[in-house]
Amino acid sequence: MKRRMFLLLPFFAGAAWAQPEPRVIAIRAKKFEYTPGEITLKLGEPVVLEFTTEDVHMGFDAPELGLHADIVPDKTVRVPFTPGKAGSFDFACDVFCGSGHEEMGGVIKVLV
Amino acid sequence: MQGIDRRQFLKVAGLGGLVFASGLARGAETYASGADEFFFVQLSDTHWGFQGAPNPDAAGTLPKAIAAVNALDPQPDFIVFTGDLTHTTDDGAERRRRLTQFKELISGLRTKEIRLMPGEHDASLDNGEAYREFFGPTHYSFAHKGVHFIALDNVSDPAGRIGDEQLAWLAADLAKQPRDSRIVVLTHRPLFPLYPQWDWATKDGEQAIAALMPYQNVTVFYGHIHQEHHFKTAHIEHHAARSLIFPQPAPGSVPKRAPVAWDPAQPYRGLGFRRVEAEPKEYKLTELPVLKA
Repeated sequence: MKRRMFLLLPFFAGAAWAQPEPRVIAIRAKKFEYTPGEITLKLGEPVVLEFTTEDVHMGFDAPELGLHADIVPDKTVRVPFTPGKAGSFDFACDVFCGSGHEEMGGVIKVLV
Repeated sequence: MQGIDRRQFLKVAGLGGLVFASGLARGAETYASGADEFFFVQLSDTHWGFQGAPNPDAAGTLPKAIAAVNALDPQPDFIVFTGDLTHTTDDGAERRRRLTQFKELISGLRTKEIRLMPGEHDASLDNGEAYREFFGPTHYSFAHKGVHFIALDNVSDPAGRIGDEQLAWLAADLAKQPRDSRIVVLTHRPLFPLYPQWDWATKDGEQAIAALMPYQNVTVFYGHIHQEHHFKTAHIEHHAARSLIFPQPAPGSVPKRAPVAWDPAQPYRGLGFRRVEAEPKEYKLTELPVLKA
């Protein structure tokens, strides 16, 4: 029994290695824009959204997708996400960051 | 949550404004036996220091509004400003200069009882430090002729939270009130998630609403969205005021939030202030323009 399990282990280990790493999408925030401002994802494709800010504390909020991040200076914030619905979804900065805060936003497009 | 059918309540008044009758839920008749009728005025989002095409008379609009309030006869019992007194700036010295000028301007109001609270433009970049230097605490409560008023600060945290400490203060303040007390909440951001995509929400606003929910007669007056708006969360009514700088589009009505353009043919359109009459069974809201037509 023990020997059989031992023989199976390399198979499962190999399966784990075969899993593709999720695509990483870097999103940089600075007063008063995100780069990129338009993010295209595929329905059901796991990704990691990787946020940084070049100046002050920012937020990232896409309420229709249940996505939220607090982006603080000198840190990289990683948010795993798998889109569960297709369409265009607005996101905005939800941490007040100055005189252009109200215009700071973008769109996530989830394609089928 | 539910909207309020304005058609049921709106009618043109003879004062050059629009009237909205806001009914109290339950227990008001009991309360009313000891109540005095009175009215106060709500001004909001003056954004002193703003410069830009959406209001080519930015420096003249607040003085005109002050003149319009001073022309009211009789005068209100008191005046509230529900935040964004000044337009934001990264420069702390400039922020204090704008707060100084705002304070000087409102000293010209005939009614001397004035209740202020910050908006995110006043307080979010320094957690309310400059605001408190000029105007004191950012949250407080007071009683007036049988109505319990609560000013809530949902802007000193730049993330738009009331915060646990203030929520505990709110719970303690409410605990002193009977359940049929007449309560008015004054705040800047909507306490309910009106349109979070445009940051028109308070992150922990649902906790404040939950604390208020057991009280039978609660009405919220707020600003932030630069337009008249009426909404109900169960029996609690929420009324947003117009701004005194530029109107904003209706929630989600356009792809991008941006000020409604100034119309030279109809200057000051969409701007104004509100008269709130506390009557025994309702509040009568009258929307008044900056300039009479």
